[in-house]
Amino acid sequence: MPDFLPEDCVGIVTPQLYHFDEPLTLRSGKVLKSYDLMVETYGELNADKSNAILICHALSGDHHAAGYHSMADKKPGWWDVCIGPGKPIDTRHFFVVCLNNLGGCAGSTGPASLNPETGTWYGPDFPVVTVRDWVNSQARLADRLGIQQWAAVVGGSLGGMQVMRWSISYPERVRHAIMLAVAPKLSAQNIAFNEVARQSITADPDFYAGRYREHGVIPKKGLMLARMVGHITYLSDSAMREKFGKATQEITESSLNLGRDLRAGKLSFGFNVDFQVESYLHYQGERFSESFDANTYLLMTKALDYFDPSVDYDGDLSKAFANSNCRFLLMSFSTDWRFPPERTREIVTALLKTGKQVTYLDIEADQGHDAFLLPVPRYMQAMSTYMNRVRQEVKG
Amino acid sequence: MRADLDIIQKWIQPGTRVLDLGCGDGSLLAYLRDQKQTIGLGLEIDNNKIDSCLAKGIDVIQQDLNKGLQNFQSQSFDTVLLTQTLQAVHYPDRLIDEMLRIGKNCIVTFPNFGNWKSRAYLNFKGRMPVSDFMPYQWYDTPNIHFCTVRDFDVFCEQRGIHVITRTVVDNKHRDSWIIRTFPNLLSEIAIYHFSRP
Repeated sequence: MPDFLPEDCVGIVTPQLYHFDEPLTLRSGKVLKSYDLMVETYGELNADKSNAILICHALSGDHHAAGYHSMADKKPGWWDVCIGPGKPIDTRHFFVVCLNNLGGCAGSTGPASLNPETGTWYGPDFPVVTVRDWVNSQARLADRLGIQQWAAVVGGSLGGMQVMRWSISYPERVRHAIMLAVAPKLSAQNIAFNEVARQSITADPDFYAGRYREHGVIPKKGLMLARMVGHITYLSDSAMREKFGKATQEITESSLNLGRDLRAGKLSFGFNVDFQVESYLHYQGERFSESFDANTYLLMTKALDYFDPSVDYDGDLSKAFANSNCRFLLMSFSTDWRFPPERTREIVTALLKTGKQVTYLDIEADQGHDAFLLPVPRYMQAMSTYMNRVRQEVKG
Repeated sequence: MRADLDIIQKWIQPGTRVLDLGCGDGSLLAYLRDQKQTIGLGLEIDNNKIDSCLAKGIDVIQQDLNKGLQNFQSQSFDTVLLTQTLQAVHYPDRLIDEMLRIGKNCIVTFPNFGNWKSRAYLNFKGRMPVSDFMPYQWYDTPNIHFCTVRDFDVFCEQRGIHVITRTVVDNKHRDSWIIRTFPNLLSEIAIYHFSRP
């Protein structure tokens, strides 16, 4: 709970629900006849509507990117370190928009919403949505807000994939495409982790083929497991050593910090939680399973697996960017093993190949994939400098 | 504006694509953009210098020159620049090959080690030259591949590189008939504009 709101915080914010009646044809061919999007905005749109920035969320994110919903909130929005007055995405100059994507579980239409045709929850009947579908729905939101062109579209990980799709599908509507900790498509290893997560959920006896709500339960264990395995891939080995290697008696000059801190100071010689890292993962999984919808998790991982903008261009990503009209900023993080720097560089190379204007930074950071959400000084500095330049262009 | 950069800019055509290897704070690319409407891209590894580029709105790729330039397409830039960096790379010959592959023409500047001051320093003191211009000791210098104007002439000749223009200047980047007459002895900085044959 914040005792007071710091000066560089956007403050107390209230999300807004936008209803859309125009049917949305999805990539799968299915049609969403109508849908809602839960949206949060920070800052003011300028007179010529040129200072708007779209923030695209990642796997488990939502529309609540910055500020607090009430003084009782324990934590601010998921990217509060980057968005606010005086922060890299400076809300004194930019109008920042963030929404919960379709299929999400934070207010936008998704599996946990009621299906108007059946009067019951969509559950497993909610159509598989792709990054392309999200971006199409975001474009409709832009129309609704009167924003013809975003000063920047920004996102990390799965959010970065949406940014990429924006630059391909709506080249005239993006000035700057900013992608963080991103890959042009998943590798077999990435897909494998996602499949383990999905299996954890669907194998939970409380999953009931996705109709758990009708049974008054949630597949808590499955969702916990899915989050635990996901969480491991977000952290680096070094970050885990740092986080779970604080007990001073464990680390001497001659021993490496492996992050083996014990939970109760001694081994249990049973199949209990002995190490801090275990209890941390349990805690993270538990917390997540209480707030996130299992069907949404399945959908989000599928959107990740399916993402590959090169499919329409004979597998040549550079051709996908041929009509892109924006400037690109990409940043990768040295210890990210989910989307390592060389994966981001594949995008940079494709952009160079087609003669696009691109800046790429290789950020030294210990925190693994999660680094893009954290206030890594070098990263925040670069974001500030770049955004300041964007601001001069649009006179925000 | 650094004086060598002033000489270089005369060789850059308006509206062309320029790649600056080791672009530093991006001054040259910003100057070329503002004066000649070029589309520039810099390569740099230093974080602070990269920030200076970002502040100027100069595109920059954080990349180590010593790890190759495979990510760049052949003939994808009009001009590829390498200013005061040649002597600091691991494989100058491979880098120049890559520059010729990527750029339609190339510009390289380097300190001339054949200058009489360097020769005199080594000759009389018997020690590796240290000067205001190259203030490093032999063990901590980033400059690991010194060459002379004559060395570079021979290099270009052996490889069939077409030298479009060679300019030799003193450390104030002044050009004079006497330096032009004895380039290898008197010049401190050599500036080459070259292309494939």
